[in-house]
Amino acid sequence: MSGLRVLVGCKRVIDYAVKVRVRPDKTGVVTEGVKHSMNPFDEIALEEAVRLKEKSVASEIVAVSCGPKQCQETLRTALAVGADRAIHVTVEGEEYEQLQPLAVAKIIAKLAQQEKTDLVILGKQAIDDDSAQTGQMVAGILGWPQATFASKLLKEDGYLKVTREVDGGLEHIKVKLPAIVTADLRLNEPRYATLPNIMKAKKKPITTLTPKDLGVDTSPRFSVLSVEDPPQREAGSKVANVDELIAKLKAVGVV
Amino acid sequence: MLLSRRLLQTQSVRVLARDSSSVVPLTSAHYSVKRHDFARVTELDLQEFRSILGDRVVTNASELESYNTDWLRNLRGQSTVALRPKTTDEVSRILAHCSKRRIAVVPQGGNTGLVGGSNPVFDEVVLSLSLMNEVISVDEVAGTLVCQSGCVLESLDAMLAKRGLMMPLDLGAKGSCQIGGNLSTNAGGLRLMRYGSLHGSILGIEVVLSDGKVLDLMSTLRKDNTGYDLKQLFIGAEGTLGVVTAISVLTPPRPKAVNVAFVGCRSFEAVRQTYLMAKRFLGEILSAVEFMDAASMQLVEKNLALHNPISPQPFYVLAETSGSSDAHDKMKLDTFFEYIMKENLINDGSIATDYTKLRNMWALRERITEALTREGVTYKYDVSLPMAVMYDLVMETRQRCVSMAKCTVGYGHIGDGNLHLNIVGETHSKQLLQLIEPFVFEWTARHRGSISAEHGLGFKKADYIYYSKSKEAVNVMKSLKQLFDPQGILNPYKTLPQQ
Repeated sequence: MSGLRVLVGCKRVIDYAVKVRVRPDKTGVVTEGVKHSMNPFDEIALEEAVRLKEKSVASEIVAVSCGPKQCQETLRTALAVGADRAIHVTVEGEEYEQLQPLAVAKIIAKLAQQEKTDLVILGKQAIDDDSAQTGQMVAGILGWPQATFASKLLKEDGYLKVTREVDGGLEHIKVKLPAIVTADLRLNEPRYATLPNIMKAKKKPITTLTPKDLGVDTSPRFSVLSVEDPPQREAGSKVANVDELIAKLKAVGVV
Repeated sequence: MLLSRRLLQTQSVRVLARDSSSVVPLTSAHYSVKRHDFARVTELDLQEFRSILGDRVVTNASELESYNTDWLRNLRGQSTVALRPKTTDEVSRILAHCSKRRIAVVPQGGNTGLVGGSNPVFDEVVLSLSLMNEVISVDEVAGTLVCQSGCVLESLDAMLAKRGLMMPLDLGAKGSCQIGGNLSTNAGGLRLMRYGSLHGSILGIEVVLSDGKVLDLMSTLRKDNTGYDLKQLFIGAEGTLGVVTAISVLTPPRPKAVNVAFVGCRSFEAVRQTYLMAKRFLGEILSAVEFMDAASMQLVEKNLALHNPISPQPFYVLAETSGSSDAHDKMKLDTFFEYIMKENLINDGSIATDYTKLRNMWALRERITEALTREGVTYKYDVSLPMAVMYDLVMETRQRCVSMAKCTVGYGHIGDGNLHLNIVGETHSKQLLQLIEPFVFEWTARHRGSISAEHGLGFKKADYIYYSKSKEAVNVMKSLKQLFDPQGILNPYKTLPQQ
């Protein structure tokens, strides 16, 4: 039985460890000159794909990223970790600023059809917009089953057995292939790209496309009104005794 | 054979949990050292201190414990009073009084020293600089900072970060150590190879002398060749020539692009070659080169659950670059990697693709000390050696101690020729100590190395100075000490050998 063809989304986001600053015009956050790297949940998605390939469950991994030319750096990392090929969907400037999950979902769905993908693995959400929508929308567009917030993945015959992290605990489901899976934090621990693989990755192919090539309309469906800092945390105050504590709690209407 | 005549018991280190019930032995009971003929603090002295400082005079025994005890929980003094001045004038008046009364004083910053240089041995008064933590000025264009000496290093760096600047040094104790203490110990740290030593980056100081006189050597000038450069004497003097109250330091621009590579080498010779190639290919963007051996990696994996990003190797090298253009730096790194892989200098390696991985790689090196303390009783040595022989000391020590030690690890600032050699024993053992000392010191001296590369001499290593300095040199040092502190009240029992 031949292995699965896997498509993995790799979004380029502001590095997790960077202190994000709001732009003075409140239209967004400062991205100029700020360190960017692969969305941590996408790293986990990619790692899962590579593990499937190592178990001979997957036969080919294609990494995809939508955005400006710097996304190719993200894709080179994906290739170094273990993807076989990469697709860069070029989206620049204004179009990129307005790129929203629905448009990305359409792009990924189209690619999945073109590439005859069996399994799409995405991160559960991106750490810049926290939308957590793309995977679900891809499933809706393609009419495929979705196994979101996956913390464990196993292939059995033509099915995927997935453990999902839900509020009440863990949910175990079985989905038919082809399917969409979105990766949660505890699915795996991503490996580091090692130098020999980083060198080899330079020779792996990256195909460049535009959303137009895929017939996708990327116009936004909602507009961002403003982006603001959370309210400043106020300093606490010390009270001298219990009576004062009660008085203060009463004053703010808590007791 | 110059064995410290002061040492009664082991010099080993056991960092116990910060549990008040575990008592640290008194330094004076543990080591053979005699109290000099200083005056003892009386009620009249306390009154005088209170008239200068108000309620910033600590006499409560349990509060004094932290001033009296060193960071490694190895040494404990018996001071009955700690003073907390806020201004240079207060420091001046305190020292004028102590000089008049012949009361000994220990200047103390963050109390993170590793050789007992900032703790009392007997009842010396602790002069804490902790409240002198104000930033006086920052010149973004010139890249200079003027501040009081009690400012914590990490706080200074965080403040400078907002202005695109950074402190020219970095070390594991950054969250607690103070810049005055860094200056007084000529602290080295992780980035010395890029930003140089404090002898170069300190522009000026304000120091109070033993009689209370304030010596103003403050300057923000980059160049000033007018007479003898007195501030150099105080840098590294470990508080024995004067109390530094304010400093002026160069603050380099904060790099926009930082990258870390972690590689594995099959031999120490390969480590040296990798370091040489790093200098050649990465040159001006290289900001740190550290090495660690397989034993160190095993400890951090075992005791701290950290993960090796590459396959197990005999040696590991961490190389950090700091520059103003990520694209430019990545290109240089690419060329460097291609070369060292082609030449087979490395067996494996990885480069951090995001900040979290970068911090994880640094953690493997920075947390070795922590991993050691969890393994057992650690015997610490910090030596400078010619790079060609550096690891030979580790191998020979390991061989010598193989029957008695749990492990012997070597790691350090290879870029600076600085080895941190640590031997771990199950318990305090005089036999194990005798296998190590004076072997390590004699070995180092034979290769014309330094028996204390960056930790200083403090209390623990004062008597070992002759392993690295001649008698003539030490005599000149003693003359200078006599000149600056004729009564010997500033940090006695430290830095220079007792004789």
